[in-house]
Amino acid sequence: MGMTITEKIIAAHAQKEKVTPGELVQVKIDLALANDITAPLSIKELEKQKIDRIFDPDKVVLVADHNTPCKDIASAQNVKLMRDFARKYGISHFFEGGKAGIEHVLLPEEGLIAPGDLVIGADSHTCTYGALGAFSTGMGSTDIAASWVLGETWLRVPESILFLYEGKRKSFVTGKDLILFTIGKIGVDGARYCAMEFRGSVISELSLDERFTMANMAVEAGAKNGIMEADSKVLSYVSGRTSHLSRVYQSDPDARWKEIIEIDVSSLEPQVAFPHLPSNTHSVYSIPQIEIDQVVIGSCTNGRIEDLKMAAQVLKGREVHPRVRLLIFPGTPSVIKQAEKEGLLRIFLEAGGIVAPPSCGPCLGGHLGVLAEGEKCVSTTNRNFLGRMGHIKSEVYLASPYVAASSAVAGYIAAPDEI
Amino acid sequence: MIISGKALKYGDNIDTDVIIPARYLTSTDPAELAQHCLEGLDPTFCEKASSAGILVAGKNFGCGSSREHAPLAIKASGVKAVIAASFARIFYRNAVNIGLPILESEEAAEKIKEGDQLEIDLDKGEIKNLTSGETFKVSPFPPFLQEIIERGGLMNLVKEKVNSR
Repeated sequence: MGMTITEKIIAAHAQKEKVTPGELVQVKIDLALANDITAPLSIKELEKQKIDRIFDPDKVVLVADHNTPCKDIASAQNVKLMRDFARKYGISHFFEGGKAGIEHVLLPEEGLIAPGDLVIGADSHTCTYGALGAFSTGMGSTDIAASWVLGETWLRVPESILFLYEGKRKSFVTGKDLILFTIGKIGVDGARYCAMEFRGSVISELSLDERFTMANMAVEAGAKNGIMEADSKVLSYVSGRTSHLSRVYQSDPDARWKEIIEIDVSSLEPQVAFPHLPSNTHSVYSIPQIEIDQVVIGSCTNGRIEDLKMAAQVLKGREVHPRVRLLIFPGTPSVIKQAEKEGLLRIFLEAGGIVAPPSCGPCLGGHLGVLAEGEKCVSTTNRNFLGRMGHIKSEVYLASPYVAASSAVAGYIAAPDEI
Repeated sequence: MIISGKALKYGDNIDTDVIIPARYLTSTDPAELAQHCLEGLDPTFCEKASSAGILVAGKNFGCGSSREHAPLAIKASGVKAVIAASFARIFYRNAVNIGLPILESEEAAEKIKEGDQLEIDLDKGEIKNLTSGETFKVSPFPPFLQEIIERGGLMNLVKEKVNSR
């Protein structure tokens, strides 16, 4: 019996020839990250235990991106704690201020991830790096603290589910629509504890940015990780960025799959996930007129340059509906620079949008765009749970940058060809 | 170890945002977090949990964010254990790591009713519903996780490893 990409990466890091789903293994890690919400717990745990050694400071990454630019004194204290910790242990990959961006946009950009790596992070969307053919998964602060000390962690080898995407995509159907549709099909626990491997001609055609979007939301189906083969697009992206050795794996023809799910995308239409689960998906063309108050474009899901281009394509020469606040959060300083160079920022500003600093703030109802009671928001983020972006009686509708931008113009949820 | 308490029952897919909203995550103090635990779903939760509650939920409990603040808030609220039909994986790890007892049983999650008096034998992997007279078996943790639980959390194990190197 052969192995899947996920099993091969885990086996390599467990120094084993073969691993089998269900097996518990100790693995060496290539990188362990935490942010300004999760790192303080890790740091305080180490202090409490009086442990003052880090296995390799170059394999620790700290990103101040959630409550930043710091929204209050408590957030500032948390970032200060991270900064002091980074200095004490000589952690060079500490990102704040103008060097910081949304972690899962930032790390690949900085060349910190290579195909075949095993990465863990105290953030559930750490699974994003599967788009580069790396195994990456989210954990809590204590697990990350332990890995900083030992350079290893334990994993239960997940079963893998293969998702095959074939057919020809209609206009305005993006990676976001593919993953929302997939979650709608299998449910928010449809891949619980499993690896989701995405494959097929449609995946090969997707831009890397759209692949990041898909891998990013694997956790919304309960998955441990989402993964794709590192093809030539991935290798050209990482070359020149990373000093790591790329280890490219493919699943064996006789690999064991828990399930193989084939999806013909030809009839797929742009998707909208209604409150309060990412699996409540509908075709944008099938829904009634839902008036909205706010639109958020950005996040670790859709805050990359291709996402901003999609939004700009819709917003060019148009104006945001007077009732709607349009907030755009580019993922990193480099994304902002690129957007500026391509004239996208001007398009957003002329349409009446607000361009905000890179931050996770609005996605989790932290700051920079929190919703009031009864407000409705179309967002390119990843979760629409009860009260996720603000008041418990506010509503979040998840969609692609195309649908989000069109909705900002229309004042209700709409696709680009409906405005 | 025997745990007893009254069932506080909730539904499927209880996510970590609703367990502890992100706006409170500037704090790492469990007692402070506990004051807001599940407040959006049930404003009286904190009060109910403080008198030895046992949280009983449906499938995919703890889905969403990796915030360890979620099991910390539950534990500090006074909840003695969580029984669910299934757990989301990050929450599962976090609960084990911080020493919040969790038990997976579809049958128990379905049959236990709000307010039932429960008695859990962690060593035997047994949940007794004293109100209905039913007993539910729970599959034991794998040995490695059992070890973490017995040491009182992951960091104690890490400390031992560090000291022995």
